Amino acid sequence: MANTAIVADESTNQLWDGGVTPMKVSYGKLMMWFFLLSDAFTFSALLITYGMIRYSHPAYEGAIQDFAFSQEYWPIPEMVFEAVPFLHGIHAPLVFVGIMTFILILSSVTMVLAVEAGHRMDRKGVEKWMLWTLVGGALFLGCQAWEWSHFIDGSDIANNVGSNTFMGANLSFNQYGPPNFAALFFFITGFHGFHVFSGVMLNFIIFYQTVTGKLERVGHYEMVEKVGLYWHFVDLVWVFVFTFFYLV
Amino acid sequence: MEQEKNQVHAIPADPAKIRKIWKVAGILAAITAVEFVIAFTVPSSGARNFVFIALTLWKAFYIVSEFMHLGHEKKSLIMSIMLPLLFVIFFIFIMMYQGARIFEALY
Repeated sequence: MANTAIVADESTNQLWDGGVTPMKVSYGKLMMWFFLLSDAFTFSALLITYGMIRYSHPAYEGAIQDFAFSQEYWPIPEMVFEAVPFLHGIHAPLVFVGIMTFILILSSVTMVLAVEAGHRMDRKGVEKWMLWTLVGGALFLGCQAWEWSHFIDGSDIANNVGSNTFMGANLSFNQYGPPNFAALFFFITGFHGFHVFSGVMLNFIIFYQTVTGKLERVGHYEMVEKVGLYWHFVDLVWVFVFTFFYLV
Repeated sequence: MEQEKNQVHAIPADPAKIRKIWKVAGILAAITAVEFVIAFTVPSSGARNFVFIALTLWKAFYIVSEFMHLGHEKKSLIMSIMLPLLFVIFFIFIMMYQGARIFEALY
């Protein structure tokens, strides 16, 4: 009986291409992967919607120096996102978003280092790198809060929207371009920002469980890996948002 | 309790592994820097957008393959995650077409 069980095991081995667990990953990690796949579809849909709506509006044609905000055409992103905190009135296109991108990539790196420390059962290492990851996440959220408030309050130049002068942005009007531009900005960066927020919360829970020694008592640091997958995904999405919303 | 804590010994870090992680980080930072240089020096065009998308996919590959470790998983897992994403490519073409037709209808 025992022998047949072992034989059956070997055949499933071939079928699943793994060991005892399907595809040689734990249940938790596998389900995290499938969740991330579904989340990837959601974000793809949002970014493709951005592409479709942008395509259905006229593009600005002319020299970039003469660019002015108008309801008639889609704005050029680098003319909209050109402000940096404490440097009021200085034209610095994309610099702030660039800083945000580097912050998120760095916090992804510290997360990999936390996972690596977890593999070695190095509690101090996990604590240190999880803390840096938390700092990176919080910094990113702070930057995004500033970016949003600047976008909503508007720059110095008010713009004509219909028959009224309007400054800043809300879901109905904005000074930068067609109403859909601001709506998509809020929806896409907001949805991503909320993912970052939940990621920071999850990271904090894991950090707390590491500090109190819970994960050490459990005997492995796999939770760090699972939350790490989610955190890298958030970074991955930002890479795409950065390209399609700010660069293209 | 105190004894239990003392029993857990951290295995020392493998410098080669750590170096690999920072190397990937360096690649990601370098690609982002290149994107910036292009954004400031090259005027907007279809070719420029193509380069941006290629660089983005390159970064995505490093994040998913190295940071998320998918490149070192079983092939069946890699395929389970990557193949469904083909639908996204399909969706891009449909919606770009739709966008162009809406534009035609409106302007």
